[in-house]
Amino acid sequence: MEKHDLRRKVFVDVIVQHRKTGEKKPLYIIFEDGRQYEIDKLCACRRAAASKVGGTGIRYTIRVRGQETFLFEDEDLWFVEAKNLHA
Amino acid sequence: MANQRVILHSDMNSFYASVEMMLDPSLRGKPVAVCGSTENRHGIILAKSELAKKAGVKTGMVNWEARQCCRDLILVPPQYDQYLKYSKLAHEIYYRYTDLVEPFGMDECWLDWTGSSVFGSGMEIAEAIRKSVREELGLTVSIGVSFNKIFAKLGSDMKKPDAITEISKEAYQEMVWPLPASDLIYVGRATTRRLAGYGIRTVGQLAALEPELLRRWFGINGIKLWQYANGTDASRVMHKDFVSPIKSIGHGITCNADLENETEVFKVMFELSQDVGHRLRVHELSAQGVQIFIRSKDLSYKQFQCRLPVRTQLPSEISTAGYQLFQNKYRWDQPVRAVTIRATELQPQNAADQLSLYVDNARRDRRIRLQDTVEEVRQRFGKGALTYGVLMGNLKMPDDGRDTVRMPSPMYQ
Ligand SMILES: [Mg+2]
Repeated sequence: MEKHDLRRKVFVDVIVQHRKTGEKKPLYIIFEDGRQYEIDKLCACRRAAASKVGGTGIRYTIRVRGQETFLFEDEDLWFVEAKNLHA
Repeated sequence: MANQRVILHSDMNSFYASVEMMLDPSLRGKPVAVCGSTENRHGIILAKSELAKKAGVKTGMVNWEARQCCRDLILVPPQYDQYLKYSKLAHEIYYRYTDLVEPFGMDECWLDWTGSSVFGSGMEIAEAIRKSVREELGLTVSIGVSFNKIFAKLGSDMKKPDAITEISKEAYQEMVWPLPASDLIYVGRATTRRLAGYGIRTVGQLAALEPELLRRWFGINGIKLWQYANGTDASRVMHKDFVSPIKSIGHGITCNADLENETEVFKVMFELSQDVGHRLRVHELSAQGVQIFIRSKDLSYKQFQCRLPVRTQLPSEISTAGYQLFQNKYRWDQPVRAVTIRATELQPQNAADQLSLYVDNARRDRRIRLQDTVEEVRQRFGKGALTYGVLMGNLKMPDDGRDTVRMPSPMYQ
């Protein structure tokens, strides 16, 4: 079905700003290997299914290095739908 | 038409199997079944995906049987915590539209949308819900929209998955009356059989009967059946806060004289189990385990538990297991003062169409049907209308209910 778009659920560390309005603003994503990415822009935030890797969460549409991507938060854990390089 | 009610019934399609496929994309587009114990050949199929269903896999089959129907069948163990999580998330979506939400099992709910038409018609709300569940949870629902709960429920069964069916006042005779009477909620096996005995097979035939005749056949429930068939059921959508599934159902009693021997203990357990079995039915659960609490004359307390070979709702099987535990474990250094028996490891009853190689299924099926009848008689004429010979005479149980020990908090968690 989605053979060309195999993704893998990768849990990540996230540095989050907890705002006085109660919102959460993710600032940086840190992968297991230490790579760190700044989130340039937070475009949208809503609950959504993570259809490529399974499960659901609060889905943040973010821009990182000029590219739009999704960051999910579910039950206090954060994950991304990473391109599966080993598939 | 100003006062017409608008009721929705939303049903999450192939719920357990859909959750598994949503969580693991590699399962999508494959025949999948959720199975009680996958490592064991005798695990029972609890739910199946659309493809598995097409291949002939049925809920209640033993897993090797299911594999015979469908060679590529993928069996996965149940993850009840996940089912509960997605059930709750679906409820949260429903609550955006109305707080009159009545759950029916883990995967079904009625919603009352009466009087809210300025915010959208019932069909529009159903569409909004269908879309939200799909986008937010990656799951599908089928929704029935009608002017009473019975037809709303029927509607949600008519087209699935991911579909909406409206049964309006103008269309119900055409849509509902040709259906078999057994499609009506609460028309179970026993009722269907009896109706068939009177030559009544369709909802339309039921609707055309004199209500008085139905009252003679089925008591007060006969009138309800007639209302269901005619779309005049007025029962309300009852607001309920989300209740997590009941973990156990128990019943206990302090006897008004000490129990001196095993036979006396058995009788008390059997009597208590009548109530436990009834409540399992009411909650649509079956038990895989039994626990007993025995208080001796000196007030010391002992607790024993065991697993059952097959899940059950039958009072006879629950009490037999409890009694065997008692025989094996209790040392009779003291007479018995109080007995509690409890059904544990509860599962949805439809998960438990027991098929096991270790039991005589034909005999067991007869026992289940006998209990169906016992329950029906008791529902019509009261609990005391039918009892067992062994339960006649003095059970040393206070029958005014004063000393009845309703199991406290552990019952509901
Ligand atoms: Mg369902």
